[in-house]
Amino acid sequence: MATADPPQSAGFRPGRRWINLLLGSGVVASIASFIYPAIRYIIPPVVGESPSRSVVAAKVAELKRNTGKIFKFGSRPALLVRTADGEFKAYSAVCTHLNCTVQYREDLRQIWCACHNGLYDLEGRNVSGPPPRPLETFKVNVQGEDVVVTRSA
Amino acid sequence: MKITATAVALFLWALGSAFAVSPQDSCVTCHSALEGKQAEPARLFAADVHRQVGLGCADCHGGDPKDESMNAMSRAKGFRGAPKKAQVPEFCARCHADIAYMRRFNPKLRVDQLSQYLTSVHGKRLKQGDTKVAACVDCHGVHNMLPASDTRSPVHPTNVASTCARCHADAEHMKGYKTPTDQVARYLKSVHAEMLAQGDTAAPTCSTCHGNHGATPPGVTSVANVCGTCHVFFEQLFVKSPHQAAFARMGLPGCVECHSNHEIVKPADDWVGVGAKAVCVNCHAVGDKGYAAAQKMAGDLARLKTFLGRAEEILGTAERSGMGVSGPKVELTNAHEALVKARVNVHSFNEPEVRKLTEQGVDIAQKAYQAGVVALRERDVRRKGLGISLIFIVLAVSGLYLKIRQIESGSRT
Amino acid sequence: MASLYRQILNWLDERFGAGAVEDFLRHKTVPIHRHTIWYYFGGMTLFLFVIQVLTGILLLLYYRPTPDDAFESVQHIMTQVRFGWLIRSVHSWSANLMIFTAFVHMFSVYFLKGYRKPRELTWITGMLLFFVLLGFGFSGYLLPWNTLAFFATKVGTEMAGAIPVLGKWLLVFLRGGEEVTGATLTRFFGFHVAVLPGLATVLLAMHLLLVQHLGMSVPPGVERATAEGRATARVMPFFPNFLLRDIIGWYVALGVLGALAAIFPWELGTKADLFAPAPAGIRPEWYFLFMFQTLKLLPARIFFLEGELVGLLGFSLAAAIWVVVPFLDYRAGFGRVTRFFTGLGIFALGFIVAMSFLALW
Repeated sequence: MATADPPQSAGFRPGRRWINLLLGSGVVASIASFIYPAIRYIIPPVVGESPSRSVVAAKVAELKRNTGKIFKFGSRPALLVRTADGEFKAYSAVCTHLNCTVQYREDLRQIWCACHNGLYDLEGRNVSGPPPRPLETFKVNVQGEDVVVTRSA
Repeated sequence: MKITATAVALFLWALGSAFAVSPQDSCVTCHSALEGKQAEPARLFAADVHRQVGLGCADCHGGDPKDESMNAMSRAKGFRGAPKKAQVPEFCARCHADIAYMRRFNPKLRVDQLSQYLTSVHGKRLKQGDTKVAACVDCHGVHNMLPASDTRSPVHPTNVASTCARCHADAEHMKGYKTPTDQVARYLKSVHAEMLAQGDTAAPTCSTCHGNHGATPPGVTSVANVCGTCHVFFEQLFVKSPHQAAFARMGLPGCVECHSNHEIVKPADDWVGVGAKAVCVNCHAVGDKGYAAAQKMAGDLARLKTFLGRAEEILGTAERSGMGVSGPKVELTNAHEALVKARVNVHSFNEPEVRKLTEQGVDIAQKAYQAGVVALRERDVRRKGLGISLIFIVLAVSGLYLKIRQIESGSRT
Repeated sequence: MASLYRQILNWLDERFGAGAVEDFLRHKTVPIHRHTIWYYFGGMTLFLFVIQVLTGILLLLYYRPTPDDAFESVQHIMTQVRFGWLIRSVHSWSANLMIFTAFVHMFSVYFLKGYRKPRELTWITGMLLFFVLLGFGFSGYLLPWNTLAFFATKVGTEMAGAIPVLGKWLLVFLRGGEEVTGATLTRFFGFHVAVLPGLATVLLAMHLLLVQHLGMSVPPGVERATAEGRATARVMPFFPNFLLRDIIGWYVALGVLGALAAIFPWELGTKADLFAPAPAGIRPEWYFLFMFQTLKLLPARIFFLEGELVGLLGFSLAAAIWVVVPFLDYRAGFGRVTRFFTGLGIFALGFIVAMSFLALW
């Protein structure tokens, strides 16, 4: 088209080639910037599965009888205890009194909170001191070498 | 034929045994027919724990329930009648102090109530002839007694305060005694009453500190022991602290000096220090060592709280932005724990001890805060990506705009 | 280049008449007048719907619709999956923008009498699509299984239960039981990713076919002005002029979505606890607020009926009238504008805006 520019648009007027280049590169680059996240999204992350309600708390060999171990369950601490009888038990490690982290006391064979001397028995029941409620308990399954702790639904 | 006969026999046997279990009791028969006060025991007794274990009127009051004449209540039949107030404790103790007898019903029940009662203020005054004091039935009820584990019982943990209040909050009744009458009202404002109301039956009520049958106010020297039965750490720290000796010298009871005795409210951090609500300044004044220590301890706690708050805030922001900060959040619970422990350690009144704990907490909180900073920085990388994408979008849009202008300027001519 | 394009087109043309499509595109025009701006909102809603489909499919790769996993899997998407935060935030933001543009599209068509003969069916399919969008919003809100969504769903389905005769059945149907539980989540997931998309596809196809078949509606005022010679009827080709403008709009929408997602990531909240007491400040998504607020303001009893029931019946009646408005306002078909219906539209819009603001106050 060899027509002259209309008089009202006397301003910036790049040539057709420039426009096509700008448009083409803009569209390609922007679409690439939309597709890139999508492709990265599709590739599964390192932690392939959402943690949901169970976690491997420890290896069976890791825990001797009559000991306990604090592990991370979601964003809160939890306590895995191997009783003197060799049984595994798991509890929320958050004391029901003031949210301190409880621990297993080998000498008392009970769960103890260091903040105010609160005591829980191995069923998680508050038996002494200020805790007003029992600890939340979790289910424990041994799968091969792994001790798997599951939040009951 | 044979079956019918068996059935009839069985029926008769069942009928007979039913009568055997509840034999006709002339006490109940007659008293039920009476009016007012005299009918009440017969009516109330149906739900009484003694009735539940198979005891009847005569087991306490004597007499012969099989005799249907007034003769049933004769001295000859062993009738004891109703005890006078001063005789009530012994009247109950006839059974309740007899271990062999009690074992037949409830082997777990103690049998030392009377001996304990005799050591109590109530018991001593009753012996001196003061009949206004409480004896067994004043707290446990008469004829409708329930075990203390029954929530309807006046001596169930949730009801004890109001039971004591019946006398102790009654100014008229307490006239002539030196005890105040506002204890229950003040107790009801306490953290203990609050916990009890929330259903924690292990939370203390009147009898937890004062005893039940041996009810006596704890003396100056035993206050710390009373509180320490539950608040173990505080007692341990307190007895080792300089306050122990100083309080003893001045004849001041321990814990209650700062925490009050009945109105024991949830303590706050501003009790420590030299501020308007601080309890330290009740004794300490500018210039003494305690004043300086109090000021420092308050500073330690405040410092940890500041760092803790900062870390919590940044991790909260990061989490709400969809960043994974569960690890630092678990770590941060340790800083929170350090704060709780530091609050306990205030009772050592040893400022360096408190500072050791708060500084531990500050370190943890600092690390968590740094993790939050890193997470937020990562979040801001997103914004950079957005910026790049936006530049491309602007390029494409301006290309489109120019294209439209080009097409339309062409088509218009 | 051009000849290859021609060749492909010819090949397709011989098989299903692709030339007709090209022909159609070439001849399709969009009227130009002072209300042309409103034509863009339909396309914008469609574009956002496409975004929803795409991001929705991506979310499906990681989402797990069970009460134990739902919250955790969304958390996983937001924290572990690369760009998961972006996909999820875009999905949430785009949903809200889509409902908003759908509102604008609906009211602009209403006020410009775009529903008048012969476009009654376009209006009706559009309205049905709008209800489907609301259904998408309502069902999707629950899927992250957080506290707010849980209680909002509880309240929302409870309202359905207030409907006479059918209410109880409807409530059980929606909740998959008497209470909002995991069964509700499974159900809502099914509605959200299977039932509603199916419905939407069919309705959308009908809606778009009708729009293409009938062309753009010109408002009666503009039509009259042209007929009376006060204005000239101007048009622009749909392809490429109008489409390019559409694309500019879409790009802007993408930029806005990206910015919203990066600067205001959609929050996840806390996991729903079935036994926890309802937290304060439970409120539905903003587009249901006006109904929520109205029901709250109604007295407990109106005459012999329950206030809530009256409100629900009122809304149902209003929706029904709104759907069949092309037949009620048949005079618009002869180019006559009835004040009453314009007034009704202004009242409806005013009512929705006022009630929503009142709820937010």
